[in-house]
Amino acid sequence: MGIDFHTLFFYLLAILASGFALAVVLSNNIVRMAFYLVASLGAVAGLFFLAGADFVGALQLMIYVGGTLVLLIFGVMLTARGPLVNMGTSPAQWAMVGLIGASLLAVLLYAAFSVGRWTDPGRIAPCRPDLMAPTSTPIGLGLLGVRVDRLDADRAAPALSEGMSGYLLPFEIVSVHLVVVLIGAAYLARARRRATIGPAPANRATATDSSPGD
Amino acid sequence: MADFFAIWLPDWLALSLAALVHVTLILALALTAAAAFTWAERKVAGRIQDRLGPTRVGGRFGWLQAVADGLKLVSKEDIIPKDADPLLFRAAPYVSFCASFCVYVAMPFANGWVALHLDTAVFFILAVAGLEVLGVILGGYASGSKWSLFGAMREAAQVVSYEVPLALCAVIPVMVAGTMDLVAIGNMQSGWAWNWLIFHNPFLFATFFIYFTCAVASVNRAPFDLPEAESELVAGFLTEYSGFRWSVFFMAEYASMFAVSMLASILFLGGWNGPAPISLWLGLAPDPATGYEPHALLAYVGNFLGMVNILTKATLGVLVMMWARWTLPRLRIDQVMTMCLKYCIPLAAAMFVGAMAYTYAFPAGLIFRVGGGG
Repeated sequence: MGIDFHTLFFYLLAILASGFALAVVLSNNIVRMAFYLVASLGAVAGLFFLAGADFVGALQLMIYVGGTLVLLIFGVMLTARGPLVNMGTSPAQWAMVGLIGASLLAVLLYAAFSVGRWTDPGRIAPCRPDLMAPTSTPIGLGLLGVRVDRLDADRAAPALSEGMSGYLLPFEIVSVHLVVVLIGAAYLARARRRATIGPAPANRATATDSSPGD
Repeated sequence: MADFFAIWLPDWLALSLAALVHVTLILALALTAAAAFTWAERKVAGRIQDRLGPTRVGGRFGWLQAVADGLKLVSKEDIIPKDADPLLFRAAPYVSFCASFCVYVAMPFANGWVALHLDTAVFFILAVAGLEVLGVILGGYASGSKWSLFGAMREAAQVVSYEVPLALCAVIPVMVAGTMDLVAIGNMQSGWAWNWLIFHNPFLFATFFIYFTCAVASVNRAPFDLPEAESELVAGFLTEYSGFRWSVFFMAEYASMFAVSMLASILFLGGWNGPAPISLWLGLAPDPATGYEPHALLAYVGNFLGMVNILTKATLGVLVMMWARWTLPRLRIDQVMTMCLKYCIPLAAAMFVGAMAYTYAFPAGLIFRVGGGG
């Protein structure tokens, strides 16, 4: 008797991810929704680890799970009051979301089943972490423009042949752009204080207005 | 280990048994450490405040105090407040505990003694350790109490800010070592104490102290324990918790304290390599200079000594945290933020640039070099 642990854990994590994703949709309480979202994204990180992509899995944990956390705190907890904590969904919204979701699902299913290599029964994924190649070095070098997997093939070719160009410049442009957006958002959202030098109570009033949890 | 069991057992049973052994070992370590540190904390606190600390339970030094504490906590009533969100309130302690426990999965205890040998161990540990805050925030919010909510908000602000300098400080030894694999980083520092990364260059020496400060802040220990500040917020996010759930939070805190200390000892203090290369002299560790490979049994003994070594270093780190907790007054929240944004982040960034320039100027190291042996 043998158990294919790779398949077993794939189904387990996939069920967890889809189950919590469903719970996000079906729940009405916004904080619980965020918690389910974190759980679902965590299960997806587990799927990445299972596939041997430990770097992407750790990134998923750091960016999506951690990022959702920040969203939960600053976006949800500070703004959710009264009607926003429990959100009902109207039938029209259900219909629209159902239509969009169903069409996306159809496209994804078609794409998944149209790749012949994936449905090949003879193809078995490596499921032992000690047999897997390290992932962080190829990704880091790829960012700088050195594709480790094509290094041997391109030994004769010039250094920056096709497919060997780095992602560093686009990456930097995107990150600088994001920083600009962040600073802009912080500027727009900051509490506007009066420039007049007045008595302290005016300042204190603005301070209590923006304090959390009252 | 799976291969070892597979000699006698079918593959699936061998894999499950190996996984069970790993999990049990790590869990036993985390729980024993938590129990031992509860006792040590009381003893250290007592001595620093010129008291005796626990003396009665279990002989002279009160070393069974942790067991007595545990029994008391388990037998307490489990209270859930009326305004609480019951599901999240119940789940929160386990979320915290899972996160701080999962860190040990990728943490090596000696050369090759690691449950999951990850190529990206440092990154994985930082990512998972950051999730502990999720349980604290959920618990604080779900308690339905203002004290808890304030504690959770402080925790959120503090941890999200301190993750930045913490990660920056961890990047510097990774950059010098050229890998994120903790086993490889530990093995590079074999030999005498001056092969440790902390002594590699002056910038790394300073980085260690910045890392330690940020680590203390990110596990909410005094003087940065604002989320539970008992003189202002009753007990912060822990206010509504009692009995077993409270103790789960507590174990998570001690487990993550121990984890950041272990990470510090691997990244900066040589990991399982002692101040003197004793296991090299005794022929218990492979010698890169001569190509000597010890017998499997001797290597096992060497690894065991290495584990004792790294656990001692990590325990010393935790004891320093206790020393700081009972010596320094608590900071205000604005001081905590100033400390992070105005001092820790710029200093860490400066150390990063400095270490980079140093490695560029002296690729082989000025006096000491990584993996130099002897």
